[in-house]
Amino acid sequence: MAVWQMIPARAAPERQDSWLAWVRRELLGGWLNALTTLALLAWAASALPGLADWTLWQAVWRPDADACQAARGSGACWGVIAEKQRLILLGRYPAPEHWRPVLASVLLLALVVASGLRRCWKLWLLPAWMLVWTAFFGLMAGGFASLAPVPTERWGGLPLTLMLATLSILLACPLAVLLALGRRSRLPAIRVLCACYVELVRGVPLISVLFMASFLFPLFLPAGTTPDVLLRVLLGIALFAAAYLAETVRAGLQSVPTGQSDAAASIGLGWWQTQRLVVLPQALGAVVPGLMNSFISIFKDSSLITIVSLYELTGSLGLALSGDPVWRPYMIEGYCYITAIYFVVCAAMSRYSLWVERQQARALTR
Amino acid sequence: MTLRAQVPPRAPPPRQHRAWSWRSPATRALLWQALALAGLLAGLLWLVHNTQVNMAARGIQSGWDFLGQTAGFDIGEQLIAFDAGDSLARAFLVGLLNTLRVALLGILLCTLLGTLVGLGRLSHNLLLRALCRAYVELFRNVPLLVQLLVWYLLLVEYLPDASAAWNWREALFLSKAGLAFPTLVAGTNDTNGWGDWSAWHWQLPALQDFGIEGGGALSPEFIAVTVGLGCYTAAFVAEVVRAGIRSVPHGQIEAAQSVGLSRRQTLRLVTGPLALRVILPPLTNQYLNLTKNSSLAVAIGYPDLVSIANTTLNQTGRAVECIGVIMLVYLALSLLTAALMAVFNRRVALKER
Repeated sequence: MAVWQMIPARAAPERQDSWLAWVRRELLGGWLNALTTLALLAWAASALPGLADWTLWQAVWRPDADACQAARGSGACWGVIAEKQRLILLGRYPAPEHWRPVLASVLLLALVVASGLRRCWKLWLLPAWMLVWTAFFGLMAGGFASLAPVPTERWGGLPLTLMLATLSILLACPLAVLLALGRRSRLPAIRVLCACYVELVRGVPLISVLFMASFLFPLFLPAGTTPDVLLRVLLGIALFAAAYLAETVRAGLQSVPTGQSDAAASIGLGWWQTQRLVVLPQALGAVVPGLMNSFISIFKDSSLITIVSLYELTGSLGLALSGDPVWRPYMIEGYCYITAIYFVVCAAMSRYSLWVERQQARALTR
Repeated sequence: MTLRAQVPPRAPPPRQHRAWSWRSPATRALLWQALALAGLLAGLLWLVHNTQVNMAARGIQSGWDFLGQTAGFDIGEQLIAFDAGDSLARAFLVGLLNTLRVALLGILLCTLLGTLVGLGRLSHNLLLRALCRAYVELFRNVPLLVQLLVWYLLLVEYLPDASAAWNWREALFLSKAGLAFPTLVAGTNDTNGWGDWSAWHWQLPALQDFGIEGGGALSPEFIAVTVGLGCYTAAFVAEVVRAGIRSVPHGQIEAAQSVGLSRRQTLRLVTGPLALRVILPPLTNQYLNLTKNSSLAVAIGYPDLVSIANTTLNQTGRAVECIGVIMLVYLALSLLTAALMAVFNRRVALKER
């Protein structure tokens, strides 16, 4: 007869939520892991003090050219930003009128933020957008009441970046939806046209489109009509961005099951009604991260208009510093500044996209 | 014998003649397409007409004959011999080669760096993960143009002068003038041409009175564009790699472990090949983006295709042709890359049996 023996009870599993277990798991699990931790700590110990010295301890914070000169090589000169703040942020806009672009950007930014908040998704948003665009262009251009007119070539800096990015996104979106729908159309001619447009535009760099906007658009239009260069560039960016957005939207359209449009047809909705009420809401919801990525790209790409001599944020930094022999050596601090601005805006956009995804996930579990 | 009832042949269906009514969807479809095509054609003709009128009014010549003219400008760096007396067509070729050089090296750099960072983001080590994540966030959220300008600034402002260049074992010299490196050259006593391998030797760059001479050299513009493009695209490649590896079902990894494969073997034999199929299409997209983004080189004065076309445009005024060259070349490059990657993709695709 076999001897039956009880196996001793297994020990309780080790607690995984203590900080010691966390350190062991994340930093010291295995010799390779521990070695990586050591190497990275050693690298940080060698690199960080110098960096902290340059950015913080030895840095000059006052706009004092002599102090900056004395600290060159050992500390950053953040004073240059205080000194050139207005030129960097507002470009060549006439100095006495600086309140106008500031107010215009604040209005625009406030409305963009409001449009992202759930509690503001009401009908008043539409008239608000129209009002804000009127106010923005009215303030920037002037020429009425007691506001002195300011030609568009003197617009610059952050207001220009914000305006170009927002407006080209707003213009590109409807076009992108039409292109995406067209590319999935049953009508072969429409399908081929939309596909050709999207593929052609996606095959060329944005710079070539901007060159086209600045050199060729005047040739394309009837003699005597030369729209403002800002308008031409805006149109160029919007037409370019639409092709990329269209591909994202198309991915969304493909993710909607055919059953949805069949169901819509069975209750008697027409094609446009089906797309508007059934397909598009689901399609656009499915590609929020992709859309947001494209928006971030458009925002970043707006820096390219510097190359066709419009002084948005990147261009106005060059304008502010390269012409001034006293402050010219502190260009790198200026780049740190605009890098921080771009980073904050882009990071905020991607955080927002994550928030929307979480909201959608929550809606599904409800 | 059974009698089979003969079924009488069915009468031919009545000929369906197309109802040319507004109610018929087919008619409307045709009409819409015809309208769209006619509208497009009319728009294009209008644009062409306007262009012709405008060009005649401004005295702008058109045509491709200008490509034969002498360039009249020098190009900072070239892979094939070029001087101001050569034709504009050759100038464009020099620009194209410069673009390709930057794009190819950039692709190499972004693949290497992107894969490392992507793998780092999946590491078991918290610090490494955080570092890689910081890299991706920083490089992805700042415009490429700003990054290129910063790289260029760092190279030409913060590096030592050529006379005090940083050097590594007297072989690599890094300074404001760029990077000098040893090259393999044929010996001077080389009598029978390429065949004499023994005469080949390394030519080291050396510090002379007027900067660094000898060996090969990379200009700071070239380094800035290549490194800038590589680092920027690497952030996107890292995300592609990470998503690809994460897409491999966990069961595959468990199965690999259960047959006794080590972590590295699992990555090489199981996760890698499976992830590669997911990675390739978006990776192609990143390569295409990098190639198109190399056009930003014009901002820091690297003589790529766009820069040459821009100079030519300012010199000859042939806007339509110069911008046309840029667009056609990039379009061709994009289509070519896409075709090559499609072939490669088909080779690694899952063979379902």
